Amino acid sequence: MFDFLVTPIRNLGHTMINAIWRLGSISHFLFSILIYSGQCLTRFSLVIREIYFAGVQSLIIIIVSGLFVGMVLGLQGYNTLARFGSSEALGALVALSLLRELGPVLAALLFASRSGSAITAEIGLMKTTEQLDAMSVMAVNPIARVVAPRFWAGVLSMPVLAALFNVMGIFGGYLIGVVMIGLDEGTYWSQMHNSVDLHFDVINGLIKSLVFGIAVTLIAVYEGYDATPTAAGVSAATTRTVVTSALVILALDFILTAFMF
Amino acid sequence: MKRSTIDLWVGIFVAIGIACITFLSLKVANLTPQSSDSTYSLYAEFDNIGGLKIKAPVKSSGVVVGRVSNIELDTKRYVAHVTLTLDSRYQFSRDTSAEILTAGLLGEQYVGLTQGGDPDNLKQGDRIALTSSALVLEQLISKFMLSFGEKSDTHSGQNASAAK
Repeated sequence: MFDFLVTPIRNLGHTMINAIWRLGSISHFLFSILIYSGQCLTRFSLVIREIYFAGVQSLIIIIVSGLFVGMVLGLQGYNTLARFGSSEALGALVALSLLRELGPVLAALLFASRSGSAITAEIGLMKTTEQLDAMSVMAVNPIARVVAPRFWAGVLSMPVLAALFNVMGIFGGYLIGVVMIGLDEGTYWSQMHNSVDLHFDVINGLIKSLVFGIAVTLIAVYEGYDATPTAAGVSAATTRTVVTSALVILALDFILTAFMF
Repeated sequence: MKRSTIDLWVGIFVAIGIACITFLSLKVANLTPQSSDSTYSLYAEFDNIGGLKIKAPVKSSGVVVGRVSNIELDTKRYVAHVTLTLDSRYQFSRDTSAEILTAGLLGEQYVGLTQGGDPDNLKQGDRIALTSSALVLEQLISKFMLSFGEKSDTHSGQNASAAK
């Protein structure tokens, strides 16, 4: 009788239960990765191989986008600061915005789309072609052999990539501010030096990137491991990795910023 | 790909990471390796410190000679107790005066030291006796408004007497 009222509420409840169920299952998955991590730390060459694919191969995209983000910050920041007659604060503006927000967030977004999607596709395809089942049959735990090395490689690569992004961005701001516009070089560096604090800005930025690394890689390996073993399933899982990672990065960034600064 | 090539690239990757973090902490942030024996601290009491903050520079003739290391309120006399940490290369005489100045019209506030004429120097833990407080813009404006009001009062008084 009240079907038109009950159905939307039932749908809402179903979505909610599903979301909580997925959260529980992803936490359970993280727990089992941590349990089986001992094995991949004793065979560290597995992790090194994955760092090569997740970290080293992302270097080009991180360097180029860091440089361009820094140059855009330099141009836009100069235009706005010059209006208030304080263009000498450009160094501080570029360094603070990169270290606190842009560096960790943009590096994590790029990492999620470049490496996170690759990890999901790889693990999902392994599942589709029954390689994971074959491992289980041979008494090799697929979480210890396939998932844990990829997880640790992502977690270790992310802070390095974010730090590189920051350095390239600051260099890009230098190129625009000092080389192109002609601000004083000493002012650029000393303004930066005076306003950036090691613990408050640099360390907090690195903590952020570490948290993003854990979140992105966990989502990537979970989606791959959880993918429906069909071509369409792997494609959907890859899409979900990128979308969920982006949303989680931005939400976590807000929470971390509210706590840190 | 060969194992040794992968190892080489990951090694380069980690070296880049360490280099970037070192650059960020040394060149970008103000981590200056400064041992405690090359500094000494003094304190000064101000009626009002305005917007002075911890880590604000201490300057003498415009040269940074140290930083503000601590600010607290003296609850007995209700004055601000400001601790300054100075580089021990720079020594100041006992009648040095300290004032809180502002860089530019709206810039950050810093402590300015002016050297006196006493032959003895200030030592670790000494107090800078001569201080002048920060200029607070609102107080300046209210003083100005007050004196302006008084002036116009006397003007109207004169007018009233002239009318009589």
